[in-house]
Amino acid sequence: MPATQIIPTRMELTRLKRKLATAVKGHKLLKDKRDELMRQFLLLVRENMELRRTVEEGIRNANQNFVIARAGMSDEVLRTALMAPKQEVFLEQSTQNVMSVDIPVFTFKTRTSDENDIYPYGYAFTSADLDDAVSSLAKVFPQMLRLAECEKSCQLMASEIEKTRRRVNALEHVIIPETQSAIRYISMKLDENERSTQIRLMKVKDMVLEEAHHYKEK
Amino acid sequence: MYKAAVIGEYDSIYGFAALGIDTYPTDGEAEIGKLVRRIAEGEYGIIYITESAAQAAKAEIDRYAQRIVPAIVLIPGVTGNTGEGIRQVRHSVEQAVGSDILFGNEE
Repeated sequence: MPATQIIPTRMELTRLKRKLATAVKGHKLLKDKRDELMRQFLLLVRENMELRRTVEEGIRNANQNFVIARAGMSDEVLRTALMAPKQEVFLEQSTQNVMSVDIPVFTFKTRTSDENDIYPYGYAFTSADLDDAVSSLAKVFPQMLRLAECEKSCQLMASEIEKTRRRVNALEHVIIPETQSAIRYISMKLDENERSTQIRLMKVKDMVLEEAHHYKEK
Repeated sequence: MYKAAVIGEYDSIYGFAALGIDTYPTDGEAEIGKLVRRIAEGEYGIIYITESAAQAAKAEIDRYAQRIVPAIVLIPGVTGNTGEGIRQVRHSVEQAVGSDILFGNEE
């Protein structure tokens, strides 16, 4: 028996039947959505992990190179060398819709036409180690960009999956069984009413016959 | 049109300036949260932040987790890798699947 009061009328019964049909259809659709989202998410999260490992490794190498570069130069020279970058990165952001989740897609453009044109200093006062360090960092940059895209998508998809899963569970374990039991309750109540009306009519017929003809109908 | 930024201790991030990414050195713990907010509300599409700086601005970073832009990505700093970035990936697996079935056995 559901906790709320159900009015046992035919109108209510029709309404509940319609609600059940919608809930069942919605449940099926949401379940499909959850399954497809999960499949896409698992593909993406594997790539995410892979990228993260590569990027962290790349940055570690670059940092080592920068430490070496720094050891061979004075702080002032280093700061001056990197003070005015001539390269600049612009990002174009568009969204892609995966099962109603908007995930970002970044494409990047650089200010100078050659994206390897990254050394913002003349080579006279800096050590070759700095060139190496900068180039090792430039090498991981495309992967860092893809990592940002991938990680954001994973976060957005994870929360959407969580939401969808809750909805599926609520429909499956609460809404659908409650509606079903309400429908059963109403139809039983209506049947019961019908039987009691029938019996009442039979009784009334008996009484009317008794009065008119003074005999008992067997 | 967005730009990219990197936040962290000067030693960890100064190299990114050469690539054309804007660098925001953090020296002084209290300001990191404010800095993150100011940058995230600005013209930046991707923000890289070192794991140690991210620890000080966790609340701010979580605020932007459900927005499409900006994407805030943790990177290891010069002092080493705390594993926080990997932990975040695992966290999203846990959130989606219910438990970490993919990377649970590693490490």
